[in-house]
Amino acid sequence: MNKNDKLNILEILKDLDKYEPRRRGWAWREPVKNLEMAGNTYSDASKPLKNSIPLPAAKYFDNIDPQPIQVITSEIASGRFEDDIRRMRMAAWHGADHLMVIRTAGQSHYDGLIEGSPQGVGGVPITRKQVRAQRKALDIIEDEVGRPINFHSYVSGVAGPDIAVMFAEEGINGAHQDPQYNVLYRNINMIRSFVDAAESKKIMAWADILQIDGAHNANATAMVAWKVMPELMVQHAINSLFSEKIGMKPGNIALSTVPPTAAPAPDLKINLPYAKALRDFFDKYKMRAQMNTKYMESSTREATVTHVLNMMISKLTSADIQSTITPDEGRNVPWHMYNVEACDTAKQALIGMDGLLEMVDLKKEGYLPNKVRELKERAILFFEELLASGGYFQAVEDGFFIDSGIYPERNYDGISRKINGGIGANTVFERDEDYFAPVTAHFGYNNVFQYGLAADESPAKLIGGSTFEDRNKIQYIDELDEEDNVNVRLETTKKYLNSNLIKPEVEWAGDGILVVDVTLPTSIRYAESAALVIAKKMNLLDAEIIHREVLQNAEATRIQIKGKLDVEIDLNTLVLAKEPDLLSDTEIREYVNNNPMTIIAGTVGEDEHSVGLREIIDIKHGGIEKYGINCIYLGTSVPITKLVDAAIEANADAILMSTIISHDDVHYKNMKKTHEYAVEKGVRDKIIIIAGGTQVTPELAVKNGVDAGFSRGTKGHHVASFLVKKKVEMNEN
Amino acid sequence: MSNRKFREDDFELRRKHLEHLSDEELKNRFWELADQTVTPLIDLAYKNTTPAIERSVLLRMGFSSLEAKDLVEKVINNGLIGKGAGHVVYRLSQIEKIDIREAGLKLIGNHGWDKVKNSFGVKNHE
Repeated sequence: MNKNDKLNILEILKDLDKYEPRRRGWAWREPVKNLEMAGNTYSDASKPLKNSIPLPAAKYFDNIDPQPIQVITSEIASGRFEDDIRRMRMAAWHGADHLMVIRTAGQSHYDGLIEGSPQGVGGVPITRKQVRAQRKALDIIEDEVGRPINFHSYVSGVAGPDIAVMFAEEGINGAHQDPQYNVLYRNINMIRSFVDAAESKKIMAWADILQIDGAHNANATAMVAWKVMPELMVQHAINSLFSEKIGMKPGNIALSTVPPTAAPAPDLKINLPYAKALRDFFDKYKMRAQMNTKYMESSTREATVTHVLNMMISKLTSADIQSTITPDEGRNVPWHMYNVEACDTAKQALIGMDGLLEMVDLKKEGYLPNKVRELKERAILFFEELLASGGYFQAVEDGFFIDSGIYPERNYDGISRKINGGIGANTVFERDEDYFAPVTAHFGYNNVFQYGLAADESPAKLIGGSTFEDRNKIQYIDELDEEDNVNVRLETTKKYLNSNLIKPEVEWAGDGILVVDVTLPTSIRYAESAALVIAKKMNLLDAEIIHREVLQNAEATRIQIKGKLDVEIDLNTLVLAKEPDLLSDTEIREYVNNNPMTIIAGTVGEDEHSVGLREIIDIKHGGIEKYGINCIYLGTSVPITKLVDAAIEANADAILMSTIISHDDVHYKNMKKTHEYAVEKGVRDKIIIIAGGTQVTPELAVKNGVDAGFSRGTKGHHVASFLVKKKVEMNEN
Repeated sequence: MSNRKFREDDFELRRKHLEHLSDEELKNRFWELADQTVTPLIDLAYKNTTPAIERSVLLRMGFSSLEAKDLVEKVINNGLIGKGAGHVVYRLSQIEKIDIREAGLKLIGNHGWDKVKNSFGVKNHE
């Protein structure tokens, strides 16, 4: 797969009836001890990728993209799996290796497998066709990035065992499975949920699927999230031990843990003891660190900071899987760029905190261990009362769970479910003495002796193997609904697939959605109304305010509006800015060798930044010194007159002026002044003047009198190439 | 639901019996209680089945989701769920010496139920 080619969705959808997953089971990252990259040594990094997009600042570090040791999750589900496939590629290139597909609203209550490819709401309907298409795409993507990608969804609802079988057959690598989730949040009958869960877990164990529990939902649901901490430990224990007793290996059992509170509460003071208590009690299981979503509002910045604090806890207490929540989740179903931002946030924070535990220790005395102990004891007391009340089912009926008191405090406002109530009540049947199921990975009583099998023989032997042994037996259904399917959807969007036509997009091909960020010098209510008028004047359809922030009650309000822009661009009609026509290193060196060159360099104006210019000059960054160009560096905040005077004195060929910070276009004014002062001194035709900086637009720089402007992303090579060409041109004239 | 409005945090009082446990003993106590909670749930799952479990068995035997759903409903209606839906199909394939899929499709077409019931000694409820 060429990185400049788009994934071919139509090709992926072809021949899905014949697709076979090429592997089963979960894949962890490969740790690399003391990984060396660009002169840095990493303590907690994993094997680098073949292809990826590094953090923006990587360009200052030879474009390295070190990968943390934690598996990084990205949750992707826009409602159309065919569009999600492209986002999966984006996320993988930014470091995600655990792609979680959120299910459409209502699938929990669907009694059976959904087939085909209907459109979803807030997620996608999980079907065999959708799973195959996405797994097939992930095969291509994991080859491209050079790391296995774990594909994940949910084994819950009233069709858990059905879904578990399909997942095992189709090579799904991870899944949520926790009967307590069914009971508490989906009001599915508790007896049914636990009996189903046993079968689901047995199937998942066979397929080596990593399991994540559902306890994190308590935080999002509870009225006072941090108060459910003792109870959460009980929920984690019930699912983990239940799974282990079914036959799941502890290394495939992961707790979904969430730091329950967030700033302005004292985040670490509450979240760290809880995380530590969990690691102490659950040390044989894996930790999947989820992000706090309870307090997410529309500010993507605020969500990002919360998540970075969450990752500090992940680093301090160790996490095996780092989840990411897209920072826009508080305002819409996540968009492409926010999945990517969330992956980058995780990568940046985790790599930034590399080696943290080699430098700091968690205290063994005082507040932290006292709080840890207290939480553990509270959890034990919860278990004691649960058992005294008659066991798990009775405790749920009595409303023990999601109570807003910190146990043993109780407010009696928990979620109560009737033992014999809920969806799927009275659908549990006792197995007769001659009960039998001729398949692999079946949990519970199975009278195989009546057909002459020994206890250790596979019951599937009697039917010549089940689908787990012979996948040719799987019955593939393509579509059931003639209207609601991917082929019909693609009819309307296929003109944007692998074509010359593009439209703005945040989630679906051709959705046309864009965001306008506008600051208005007025109060919030006026700003909101004004913003909508602005949107209308900009021809944005269906404009909607998605974020508002008071800068000061009277002075200004920041508004973000989303809207649809019905504009199609034909790439064939575009005129592209010229790519720099560069001389080779050898050509430059040869010229400089025969025609020695001196340049004067400095940062002008009141600017103390020197990084950019040093990168252009310094030999160690691949700067122009390496071609043998003599560089005289005058430092920062150099007056313009001094630059030109120094050039005259040194008989220099060129001036390199750097302007990084720009207010009121002062950088262009400085270019003009330099040009004019050189004219005044009578040297302009002898001295090349080059201006560079992150805010410099090359065309505007030239308009302001300099010979060339260089912007973000410039390398020494670009500048040296220009210098040589310009010199040649000057000598010809 | 309880009519009680609030229970004070009596943690200090309740924890008296835990106070002197070491961290290791505390951990053991936690997992003992978890074990006591979970064991009856495992027993329950061991002895029982559900429509979803039976559908999952039929899927593994090579039936589509639509066929599995239909078959399980018919197995329940014929009072045979305690035998296992997969068992019912297997039994017909044995009696008629036909393969598994053929047996399942026959049952979906409402054929063969009496033979299966007879072989299990189950009477028609009509």
